[in-house]
Amino acid sequence: MNNPGTELAATERTLSRKDYQTDNDVRWCPGCGDYAILAQFHKMLAAIGARKEEHVIVSGIGCSSRFPYYVDCYGLHGIHGRAPAIATGLKVANPDLTVWVVTGDGDGLSIGASHLLHALRRNVDIKVLLFNNRIYGLTKGQFSPTSPRGLPTRSSPAGNTDDPVRPLDFAVTAGASFVARAIDTDTTRLQDIFIAAASHRGSVFVEILQNCPIFLDGVFDALRDERGRVDLVDGEPMEFAGKVLGRNERGRLESFDTGHHRALIHDVTDRDTARQLAAIDDSSGLPFPFGILYREERAAQHEAVAGKGRLDIPGMQRRLSASSRVRRQTP
Amino acid sequence: MAIAEEIPRRDETGVSVVVRFCGDSGDGVQLAGNRFTFDAVRAGNDVATFPEFPAEIRAPAGSTAGVSAFQVQFGDHRVYTHGDEADVLVAMNPAALTTNLAHLKAGGILIADTGAFGRKALAQAGYRDNPLDDFDPHRARLVGVDMTAMVLEALGGFDMKRREALKSRNFFALGVVYWMFGRGEDEMLQWIGKKFARSDTVRQANTAAFKTGMAWAETTELMAFERPVADTVAAGERTITGNEALSLGLMAAAALADLELVVGCYPITPASDILHYLSNERDNGVVAIQAEDEIAAIGMALGASYGGAIGVTATSGPGMALKSETLGLAVSLELPLVVVDVQRAGPSTGMPTRAEQADANIALAGRSGEAPVPVVAARSPADCFHAAIAAARIAVEHMTPVVLLSDAALANSAEPWSTPELADIAPIRVPRARAPAGGAKWLPYARDARLVRSWAVPGTPGLQHRIGGLEKLDGTGEISYDGANHERMTDLRERKVAVIGERLDDAIEVYGELSGRLLMVSWGGTYGAVRQAVCDARQLGHAVSHLHLRWLNPMDDSIGDIARGFDRVLVAELNRGQVLERLRARFLVDARGLSMMAGRPFGRRELHNAIVKALNS
Repeated sequence: MNNPGTELAATERTLSRKDYQTDNDVRWCPGCGDYAILAQFHKMLAAIGARKEEHVIVSGIGCSSRFPYYVDCYGLHGIHGRAPAIATGLKVANPDLTVWVVTGDGDGLSIGASHLLHALRRNVDIKVLLFNNRIYGLTKGQFSPTSPRGLPTRSSPAGNTDDPVRPLDFAVTAGASFVARAIDTDTTRLQDIFIAAASHRGSVFVEILQNCPIFLDGVFDALRDERGRVDLVDGEPMEFAGKVLGRNERGRLESFDTGHHRALIHDVTDRDTARQLAAIDDSSGLPFPFGILYREERAAQHEAVAGKGRLDIPGMQRRLSASSRVRRQTP
Repeated sequence: MAIAEEIPRRDETGVSVVVRFCGDSGDGVQLAGNRFTFDAVRAGNDVATFPEFPAEIRAPAGSTAGVSAFQVQFGDHRVYTHGDEADVLVAMNPAALTTNLAHLKAGGILIADTGAFGRKALAQAGYRDNPLDDFDPHRARLVGVDMTAMVLEALGGFDMKRREALKSRNFFALGVVYWMFGRGEDEMLQWIGKKFARSDTVRQANTAAFKTGMAWAETTELMAFERPVADTVAAGERTITGNEALSLGLMAAAALADLELVVGCYPITPASDILHYLSNERDNGVVAIQAEDEIAAIGMALGASYGGAIGVTATSGPGMALKSETLGLAVSLELPLVVVDVQRAGPSTGMPTRAEQADANIALAGRSGEAPVPVVAARSPADCFHAAIAAARIAVEHMTPVVLLSDAALANSAEPWSTPELADIAPIRVPRARAPAGGAKWLPYARDARLVRSWAVPGTPGLQHRIGGLEKLDGTGEISYDGANHERMTDLRERKVAVIGERLDDAIEVYGELSGRLLMVSWGGTYGAVRQAVCDARQLGHAVSHLHLRWLNPMDDSIGDIARGFDRVLVAELNRGQVLERLRARFLVDARGLSMMAGRPFGRRELHNAIVKALNS
């Protein structure tokens, strides 16, 4: 290696989570859920023994999109909603990198929803972490595409008239090959999901429910109640608060008593069930699923579009000559 | 970075002929024109072409909306334009005749398929009577030939439906025209053999139609064209369109820089062919992605540049509007990026297949904030190759986005082409970042003497850094909201582009004396027509010179001094005077504008008349 100095020394020893922090002061509001997410991200990098230069975080605009400034790897803080497109170009140009996209509910599901949809369906090998606080924070409190219907905000004083997007439903339907949900307060599960996401090859979508203490404090309080959430474990029944999720005779999800013959065993490769789980929302009367909903292996985009070795100058000269020769015969 | 003359400079005037093919969209007019052009080049002529086709894919057959035309001027000297008027017009049906007769010069030759002038077809074209009956011999010499009947007869032995057989009419017409101009039969037959190798029937039908056309012309002795064009120019090995040359230029630039070429594009007329060409080069290392929209296309290109490749996106006017924000980000990030704008008539959807130069302003200034971007404009189809290399060179060597302007006419028109020697073109130097010795910290926004920051590609150990669209502190690149720093950074970004001008030896090209009565100014695709008109005026003894701007930004400092050497300055552009206004503002010269917004390039006579008027005013 031709890079003597501190970095060489740093990469040779085991790095701790602190090694992945930057000198930048973290500027989220006190009590913001982003702090917990950032801490788990640092911890994950240490846990997987990440080489700093091999990770890149691309973000858009919003509170969450400040994330790259706080992680000591490569980072690009882009423009509103376009991070998935920028990350796509980065990954095809430089396939050895591990590319993370940090976005929010406004950035990813409003102004950038189209890019997100296409990145997920193309199975671009990027890991999208969508911090969902169900409100616009950086622009100071307007409703977001995930805000509850009826929510009064500065831009909806009489209550939000729009129905919210279901982020997981969007991701599964778009064709993400890894779909998961976590919450800022459950750091253990967040850590597990981060580690699983890091090694997945293909489009990762992780919705992280994150409390905004300023503009929508407590929006996820109902999920603290064990009746409000179901923690999914692959191969295990979908149990919660003495109940279990199952499919009723009409094929719809319903809660049953534990041990009921209609209880569902979680299978992360079952896309149909993942779709049903992903569709659970405020009005379903069912617990919100957490953990990895869906996971599949399929070719990632950069593998499909990769060029076969670029041309050097003599190679390009041959290419030009060949085109003239061919054209002389068959234009 | 001198631009090689693609064609040896010879006498500026000599013998040239203009042939125009026109017919229904399904009549194979473009193929006929392209093939005729190709063999003219192979025979040693210089050429310039102008294809015109409807934006609709399949307008109703026989309607005037569905007419497609192809015009070529070929000559024994440097040919700059496709010609104002055709010496020979080949009309395949009444709709084509009614929409194209105005392009035939008085006393020219009209070759028409009389068999296609039936009652229904005449009515579709709006004719009450057959215009070929009692055709005014002073208007043109009519050569009526029942191509329809002769092709059907020649192909009678083939197992083909009438409709299929009639598709070979364009080869009959080619046979007639080839004979008129003494083009060889063998090469055409050889080409038909290869082009239609997959279908014996089509190959044989086209061969038979072509031979029948030639034989008919030969036996009809009135057909010899009276002005033979000497085959003396040896202009090139083949023809090339602007979009193909541009695509090859981008590939050549990647090779010259030893970088990967990553192209993000969203389909848009008339730029889509660039996506098509480059999508076909995967085996040659090109990564071409069809993005979900114009914004994603430039986002992918910029992401690729961040990742160490040459990121390119190609579009037209409406796409330029959508790319504006990301282009601003590229200015802020100071990463290489090439944005190709193949201009078409606007605003909005405008006329997608028609040429215009009205995107100069959006290229130069169409961003929020102070966001200077170098802008280079290709001047001819083959020049698109060199202009693409120039754009990529400045983008990479100066770490900046560059806008490369082409237009709908350059994109689809053809010009002679000889294989360029890459050894004659300087390699592109990549300003890679290196970790400073002694453990010092590498600074993302430290600059060299030319104000260029270095390129630290993710994956490089020890150079981890964070950049973004927020204003950066000079040097360190850290976020800064300091007013004085913002003023300094704004000034740095401006000067960084300005200093590029110091190294451009091709920013302008002057033809003629540096003083005189009239200076004609062109940029981009108006080059050829303006040069031709200036040549014409000089032949007549007028003190007219030609100044062509290759780079619209940075603008060459000498332009003002040159302009002041002339009594009058006339800026010819296919817009309302966008570059004119910049020249006036920047150099305080009393330049006047010659604008045209007709969706086509200037004609030789239009410019000549404008020159005469300017000289007499």
